[in-house]
Order: sequence, then structure tokens, then C-alpha cells
Amino acid sequence: MATPQSSSSNDGPQSLNSNPNHGRGSGLTIGYSGIEKRYGMRMALRGVSLEIGAGECVALVGHNGCGKTTLLKITALLARPSKGQLTFSAGTSALAADDIKRRIGMVAHNTLLYDELTAEENLVFFGKLFNLPDPAARAREALEPVGLLRRSGDMVRTFSRGMRQRLAIARALLASPQLLLFDEPAAGLDPEGQQWLGATLAKLHAQGCTIVMSTHGRNETQASVTRAVRLEGGEITHDSGPRGDPHSVLALAAVRETAEGDAR
Amino acid sequence: MSLGRATVTILAKELRTEFRSRELLGTTVVFVLIVIVLFSFTFNPTSSESRRFGPGLLWLAFLFAGSLMLQPSFLREQANDTLAALRLAPIDPFSILAGKMAANFLFLLLVELILLPVFAVLYNIAIFPILAPLVLVLALGTIGLATTGTVFSAVAAQARLRELLLPLLLLPVLAPVLIASTEATVGLLRDPSELSLVWLTFLVSFDVVFLTAAWLFGEYLLEE
Repeated sequence: MATPQSSSSNDGPQSLNSNPNHGRGSGLTIGYSGIEKRYGMRMALRGVSLEIGAGECVALVGHNGCGKTTLLKITALLARPSKGQLTFSAGTSALAADDIKRRIGMVAHNTLLYDELTAEENLVFFGKLFNLPDPAARAREALEPVGLLRRSGDMVRTFSRGMRQRLAIARALLASPQLLLFDEPAAGLDPEGQQWLGATLAKLHAQGCTIVMSTHGRNETQASVTRAVRLEGGEITHDSGPRGDPHSVLALAAVRETAEGDAR
Repeated sequence: MSLGRATVTILAKELRTEFRSRELLGTTVVFVLIVIVLFSFTFNPTSSESRRFGPGLLWLAFLFAGSLMLQPSFLREQANDTLAALRLAPIDPFSILAGKMAANFLFLLLVELILLPVFAVLYNIAIFPILAPLVLVLALGTIGLATTGTVFSAVAAQARLRELLLPLLLLPVLAPVLIASTEATVGLLRDPSELSLVWLTFLVSFDVVFLTAAWLFGEYLLEE
């Protein structure tokens, strides 16, 4: 069984505030070695091997069911690979399993938020679980850049899809992660929200955060992408590499998605 | 974060969401009250009759309460995949189970304490002289209900036929704790009243075994 190892206001969304904790050192480096994931008889991932360097912004592309979400879940330690090894490193320091979790933020398909709690209560709750020193203050700090400070006392169930997505992003950034995992982060965001998300990703990338996201079609979030990896049937078919041009892979993926959409 | 603090944080969240929505407590209290009232019409509630049938009916009502309250424990986490959010946090996975077990225990105990005076009046049973040992038996039996119920709720929540699966898994496992709790309650209602150490030891052992199993396998129970 593979286990993670350590080798070493109605004010609208604003750009992300400079968080003193972000960019403190570089992001995490991730190593996937022969990762396989099987759900019953179905193989979701087939021997994925990939090295993602600290500070890279990687887009995972491919049609539905190609293994993008499974790869993100394995990276977030939410699922165990059936075979293969996953390694994390941050500079030269060794990380325990809890240390790895502390450095990961994730925005998934679902919002990962409690509808029966207010926006602030959600963030305070997760802040406490991440053992942040002053969770209430940190929650307010996190709500401001996503434009939800004035709605902090409102139940999440009263929020629109776009507002929930912004709150989900605030939750993911709460503990100043060094690795951010996004599963189709632009889903549910209007063009203004996508623009804000694109700017947020650019800022986080500039601060040295490692970003891995799954994405569909062309949108603002792809502006910061430094590397694109295409998955097909659970295997990597194209990888622009850390120094290659990601846009050729993104363009190819967009063309294929359009062709598949037309065929349907 | 320590296991204790994470458990308390999750317990506080469970209590806050339940008391805000009042989804479970209200319906469960009404349901078990109806059960107890209906049974009181089926036989003449003299003291001796009640001593014979009362404990069984009482624990049957608690079992109904448990079946209603335990199912949503993990189902509620599925709506927005909040279980994944809990698992992303750097906490001991057992604290997720422990927080939910503690919440389920408190909810069930609250329902039982509301039900107990109604039961005493309708079934003509003097519970005040045996209140302390009765609460001890209720607490031990309820820990067994809440522990096994929470564990199987976690298992069933990830299955396709989850609504059907939980009672199927839970009822056979709960049979020993229900028998022990009923027998211990029978002893307390007997004249003279007697607290059976055998059944009490059985209840404590059941609770310890299931809590230990949940602690050892908690991480695997919560995985997809």
C-alpha cells in the first residue's frame, strides 16, 4: 500500500490580500511514482508517474472520467493509491503526515461547507481544526478578499453558487497552504468571478505556492498555468514539462473537448 | 491538534447544527412518545404488569430513537462532501468519529431523559428511588447504541443502499447491548430493586470493545 512520504462587504471580491504566511519559503514538491487506483473492476489511474516542482502551476486536462479528480484526491490524501508511491517534500525539511495535511488547501467539486453554519462559523470551525492561533480573526481576514465580509453572519444555504465557490476558496486558503489543489475551480463562477479567481491564482503562484488544478475548456484560471498534463483513460498522454509551453497541451485539450461535444 | 480538542470542536459543531435545524430531536421525541403512549393502551398498566413489560418497551422505544437519529449522522456530511473537508484537516481521524459519537450520545440521552418521566407516569412505575442506577444503565446502554450506530452510519453512508443497509448492519450488532440493557433495567424495576453487576460488566465491556475498535480502524472507516 502506498503511503505519503516526506523526502525531506458587498464590496465584491478584491485581489488576495498579502498574507504574511504565504510565500514563506517555497511550495511543496510532489512526486508520483507508478500511481494506480482501482475502484472495484474499474481502473481510474494507470501507472501515473510525474514530478511537480515547488512553485509550479499545473493544469490537469482531459475529458470527464479520465482520472483528474482521482489524482487530486490522492494528492490531498483523501484516497489511497492501489499501487505506487506518493512523496512530498518542502525544501529539505522532513514532513510528518499531519504536516503535509497542514500545508494542503483544496477546492473540490462540492463546496466542503456546512449549509447550516454561517460563512464565518464555517471558517472558524475549520480554523480551529487547523489549530490556527486566532481562528475568528483569521476567518475575517479570509472573508475580506473574497468579498464576503458583509455576509459573514449569513447562513451558507442562502448564498448563490458563485458566493459558495468564493467561500470554498477562502476556506482552502485559510491555513496559508503551500500546495493548492483545485478541482475545476471556475465552475459556477460568473466572468467577474473567474477574473478574480485568475488574479488570485496569479498572486498565489507569484508567492511560490504550488498549484495543481483540473480544468475544462478555456477560462481565466489558465493564465497562470506553467505546465499542462493531459490524462486519458487514467494515463498521462501529454505533458508540456516544467519548461515547455503548456498552451499547446491546453489548446489540444480544448479542441478535443469541442470535437467530443460536437460528436455527442 | 490533540484528539480531545478536535473531538470537542466537532462535537460543538454537531450540537450547533442540530439545535439550529432541530431536524432530528423534534421528530424523534414525538415519535418515541407516540410509541410509549400507544403501548400503554395495550395492557392494564398495573405496577406488576409494568415491571414485566416496561423495560422491553422502554428499550424498544430507545432503539427506534437510535434508528432515527443515527442514520443522518454521516449522511448529512454527504450533501457538500464535508466529510472530505474534515479528513483534509490535520487531526486524528478518530476525533471525527468521537465527536459524532459524543453528539449522538447526548442527543439520545436527552430523548431518553424526556421520555423517562412520561414512561413512569403512564406505566405506574416509581423511578425516583432507582433514578441513579437507572441513569447509569441508560448511559452505558446509550454509549453502546451511539458508538455502534455512529460506526455503522459511517460505513453505510458510503454504500449505495445506505438507508436499507444501516438497520441491516446495526440491529444484529445491537442485540447484545439491548438484551443487557433490558435485563439490567428489569433488575432495577424488580421488588426489591437490584443492580445486576453481570449485565453492567457486559455493557461496560461492549462499550470498551467497540470504542477501541473504532479508535483502531477509524481511518479506514472514513475512507472512500
